[in-house]
Amino acid sequence: MEKKMALSMRGITKRFGSVVANHNVDLDVYEGEILAVLGENGCGKTTLMNMLAGIYYPDEGKIFKDGQEAVIRSPKDAFDLKIGMIHQHFKLVDLFTAAENIVLGLKEEGRYDLNAVNSRVSAIAEKYGFHIDPQKKIYEMSVSEKQTVEIIKVLYRGADILILDEPTAVLTPQEIDRLFDVLRSMKADGKSIIIITHKLHEVLAVSDRVAILRKGEHVATVDTCDATESSLTEMMVGKKVSLNIDRIDPVNPETRLEIRHLNCLNDEGLPVVRDVSFTVNSGEILGIAGIAGSGQRELLEAIAGMQPIDSGEVIFINPKKNRPVTFFHKTLKKVKQLAAQGAFHDWNGNPVSFNGMGNALIRRLVGSGEVLFNEDEVIDLRNRTPLEIRELGIRLSFVPEDRLGMGLVGSMGITDNMMLRSYRKGHAGFVDRRQPRKLAEEIIRELEVSTPGVNTPVRRLSGGNVQKVLLGREIAFAPKVLMAAYPVRGLDINSSYTIYNLLNKQKKNGVAVIFVGEDLDVLLELCDRILVINSGAVTGIVDARTATKEEIGLLMTKTDTGKEAAQ
Amino acid sequence: MTSSKINKAHEPLFHLSKRDGIAFWKAWLIRIAAVALGLAVCGLVAYLFSDKLRTGKKTLEDFYYCFIKGAFGTERKLWKFLKNMAVLQCISLAVTPAFRMRFWNIGAEGQTLMGVWGAIAVAFYLGGKVPEWLLLIIMFAAALVCSAVWAVIPALFKARWNTNETLFTLMMNYVATYVVSYFLVVWVPSGSSALGKLKYGKLPPLPFGNQYLLIILISLAMTVLLYIYLRHSKHGYEISVVGESERTARYSGMNVGKVIIRTMVVSGLLCGLAGYLIGAGLDQSVNTESVGGQGFTAIMVSWLAKFNPLVMLLTAGLVSLLNSGAAQISQDLNVSGAFPDVIVGIILFFIIGSEFFINYRIVMSRKGHAGKEVLK
Amino acid sequence: MNIWLNFIIESLAFGATFMYGSTGEIITEKAGHLNLGIPGVMCMGGAGGCLVLNMIGKSGLPGPVIVILGILGALAMAMLMGLIYSFLTVTLRANQNVTGLALTTFGAGLMKVIMSKMDSTVYLIGPKMLYRWPFADRTDALQGLGVLFFLAVFIAIASSWVLFRTKVGLHLRAVGENPGSADAVGINVTKYKYLASCIGSGIAGLGGFYYIIDYMASQEAYLSLEIFGWLSIALVIFALWRPHMTILGSTVFGFLFSCSSQIANIEGITVTMAAKPLLKMLPYVFTIAVLIITSIRNKRENQPPASLGLSYFREER
Repeated sequence: MEKKMALSMRGITKRFGSVVANHNVDLDVYEGEILAVLGENGCGKTTLMNMLAGIYYPDEGKIFKDGQEAVIRSPKDAFDLKIGMIHQHFKLVDLFTAAENIVLGLKEEGRYDLNAVNSRVSAIAEKYGFHIDPQKKIYEMSVSEKQTVEIIKVLYRGADILILDEPTAVLTPQEIDRLFDVLRSMKADGKSIIIITHKLHEVLAVSDRVAILRKGEHVATVDTCDATESSLTEMMVGKKVSLNIDRIDPVNPETRLEIRHLNCLNDEGLPVVRDVSFTVNSGEILGIAGIAGSGQRELLEAIAGMQPIDSGEVIFINPKKNRPVTFFHKTLKKVKQLAAQGAFHDWNGNPVSFNGMGNALIRRLVGSGEVLFNEDEVIDLRNRTPLEIRELGIRLSFVPEDRLGMGLVGSMGITDNMMLRSYRKGHAGFVDRRQPRKLAEEIIRELEVSTPGVNTPVRRLSGGNVQKVLLGREIAFAPKVLMAAYPVRGLDINSSYTIYNLLNKQKKNGVAVIFVGEDLDVLLELCDRILVINSGAVTGIVDARTATKEEIGLLMTKTDTGKEAAQ
Repeated sequence: MTSSKINKAHEPLFHLSKRDGIAFWKAWLIRIAAVALGLAVCGLVAYLFSDKLRTGKKTLEDFYYCFIKGAFGTERKLWKFLKNMAVLQCISLAVTPAFRMRFWNIGAEGQTLMGVWGAIAVAFYLGGKVPEWLLLIIMFAAALVCSAVWAVIPALFKARWNTNETLFTLMMNYVATYVVSYFLVVWVPSGSSALGKLKYGKLPPLPFGNQYLLIILISLAMTVLLYIYLRHSKHGYEISVVGESERTARYSGMNVGKVIIRTMVVSGLLCGLAGYLIGAGLDQSVNTESVGGQGFTAIMVSWLAKFNPLVMLLTAGLVSLLNSGAAQISQDLNVSGAFPDVIVGIILFFIIGSEFFINYRIVMSRKGHAGKEVLK
Repeated sequence: MNIWLNFIIESLAFGATFMYGSTGEIITEKAGHLNLGIPGVMCMGGAGGCLVLNMIGKSGLPGPVIVILGILGALAMAMLMGLIYSFLTVTLRANQNVTGLALTTFGAGLMKVIMSKMDSTVYLIGPKMLYRWPFADRTDALQGLGVLFFLAVFIAIASSWVLFRTKVGLHLRAVGENPGSADAVGINVTKYKYLASCIGSGIAGLGGFYYIIDYMASQEAYLSLEIFGWLSIALVIFALWRPHMTILGSTVFGFLFSCSSQIANIEGITVTMAAKPLLKMLPYVFTIAVLIITSIRNKRENQPPASLGLSYFREER
């Protein structure tokens, strides 16, 4: 089986300041094959490929195309060498049609004729089995359609080497299958395809060979048929790893959060959360699994009060039974009202009523902790703003997936970021930076955040440290419910484990944890129960101790049978 | 086409990278160098347009001395310089809260003009009918209300429909101009449309010191207050967060629309104060040129100071110094009265350009040494 | 001729000033640069043209040559202003609003300095009738339409064609919408931004020249020029960033602006003094209305270019 070499990299090194992103990497790509480039987050896969696409220029080493040494200084040079890259973040102009985006930047002879372009685009699409409307505007397209446009854009330029950076991250399983079919038909056409990924099953499903990178270095290239998931993992991480997360059984689980028939619409009025019901218990981790964009974000934001709820209930059960009443989140009037309803008792178990008492006396009684709740507080969070939720005394923490765009302010230091949650404290119109500063120092010390100081903008910290700051802040407010969306995305293995441990500690403390994850192995190891969501609807809730990956995988793609029957 | 297209050229000689920070003194050294360079160019331009310079009746030394003479030459000039600076500072303060929120309000000109108009309208209709002290209070209230209304209209649309605020506030300037000229036609029946100095509603000077001292003190006080407001108040914190990311603001429970509207009201109130100082404190009259472009100059002053009220004293001072100096130049060297604008323009170009060298670093490319430190 | 038709033609003649200005501004904005220096650019364009005419006005060169040299003078001076703007905002990545405002301060000031030094009889004496070709002999309103007016219409239509029907236009709009994407496909973002700013400024500069030399043809004309620069920026919004729409828009604006002086001449309609400022206010009110309506309807095609006002730095991608 003699194959012709299409591209090879020899001794490629790239440094960013003192950080070595790639060190002495050799890589070969043959004609008519699919090569997977596998590695952990931050191992330098994307940097390496960006040097082929003309985004970066290598500090050392050489690139050969068809046996000739090639110098690639710009995307244009890459195109001239027939190398095309589909970036993880699409580079499309929203306002333009697919066809306009495809011809953008091309210097073609003759008159600019969009009709001719349209028909050529359709021809390419047909050849490889794409479906595309050349005249559709990008902003009207789904993610998978946009990806199709990016691929055709590269093919239109006559590329015979295609680089795809994490192409499946945003696709549904059906779309992934379709993409893989297209890749195979391009391979059959003699093109070379490089696919960057960290998902093992995809590597095994589609590639011919796998090149593994670890910490910027090329570890090995193996034929896919000789590889297994465990052998690949070992090479990727550098040692035999077993995902061994210490999982304890929930102690005295009590319902903390109860979601009933929740429905949400997005800005365009389409349903994004459909009739979702589940409960979350104290002392357990509830995992949420699903393909990216299946409504996980909207579900969490609806609970946190950021996403308008169309119908349904979000019930928070505040553990107040046999605990003292305070004025922290209740006015005197409210306390009197509750007392009249017979909601309190004293240490001896006798009902408390404030009949005939003056306000001062009531204040003293409550202040001394003599008055206790009979029952837990039940509060509907529906359509309350995050501020209202906090003012009700509900300790609900939320670690959103967009850390610097939502959870933190990138240009502010750690101290000022601590204030995001607490700046309203105190009655005067001024903020108090002393407490947040103390908290910031505490988090830096306890979570070992590496930062030059409490006032260094968090944007300059590494991904793992940013996440520690965010999670640290949310945990510092002693939550009863902690929601974390993709808390380990983009983090290396070590930082990931720090995060898992933090979540486990919260669980041990009796916090109800919701963990939205993408890695099924982690979900199965870490969680107690796993809720699977597809297209905004719950397709199943399984016991993580007994469930299998296949079972969850099936649920992730299971369509709503009832709805299908109705159609 | 492969082999012929493969080229052997190397990486460009240098590339740019964003600085993480720069030493305080270095940044100011760059700015001072820029101003010096700008002044040199100003000298060149003056040489082109002043016959007196060309024929040698005046020297370049005279030219540069004018800047000192114009601002500090006599005690009267000094106070005038301080007064101009105080008014400019006040308007610059006004645009600052919105800018820190990344709300590009370029309508301070119109907002201030409406403040002047509001004050003068009250003086025009009520002057002599109510006691002077009461009149002054009503004028003050009217100035604040008019300016705040003018400022809040674009904010309402921004908050509700995300209407482009830069263009909206710009247009509002000209609407304000014609509102004023409409009332001038109504108020001055003779047809000259020039409203003379009103007899009533003059802000009395302090019992001691110069007649402008009150205005200067008010402006200074507002500077300190605004600094505290932006740096230490909850509102100030909210402004910073909204400016950085609206999603983060919503996440932390802020009502973004409310913050935008409230901040523009604050901006408007400060414009109203400036308008009151101009109307009641200085002019006792209004015309379409009452603000005289200071609303636009203020934007540059605020930006140059990086939206820091204290630094703004410096930048407002610099611009006022250039203005009074250049006015002296046009008088002494016999060039057009528009010459100050040219001088201010040139110096601004240089300062604006110098920011680049403060924010970016030029990195020479050598093998094995590249500037960026972010691992993708 | 019908009195209303006359009036519309007069509005057209007036409107050509901001037809130039806003066509130039649209080209600049389409590359993602909000140039608030357009009033200054128009002023300097006028000054540049007059400077050339002042030098050659009495030279005895043939009429058409003088006209063309005047136009070239205006173009060159305005493009120089555009160059200052693009150097600061593109290469040095300065804040566009601040740079634009400084450019206006500078341009309007320098023009006054230059114009006050010149003898109006020389720069206005040029072959005045030539500007009015082909209607120089007419005695009605058509006499007001001349070479420079038709040039404005031509440039507006041609700009639309280039922007929306050619590859260059496609690239330019891509730069204004998403410079990162444009860069990734090999479009030279810096080159496009420079060209758009300079050519846009050049076109706007012709507006100033037209206003001083042709439309007003008076010594004091330059003193009232700046305001029409701001009106040009308003017209960009009114025309929804489409150059050909400025022809219609400038007629409407010209109509409203000149109403105050013109309507009084039409029998049966009397305009009080007080109504004049209100009429002049209308273009801005209309523009605000258009701005609000488009933002409420939120149709993507009618919005300002997506990266308007933002600097582009490749390594930030």
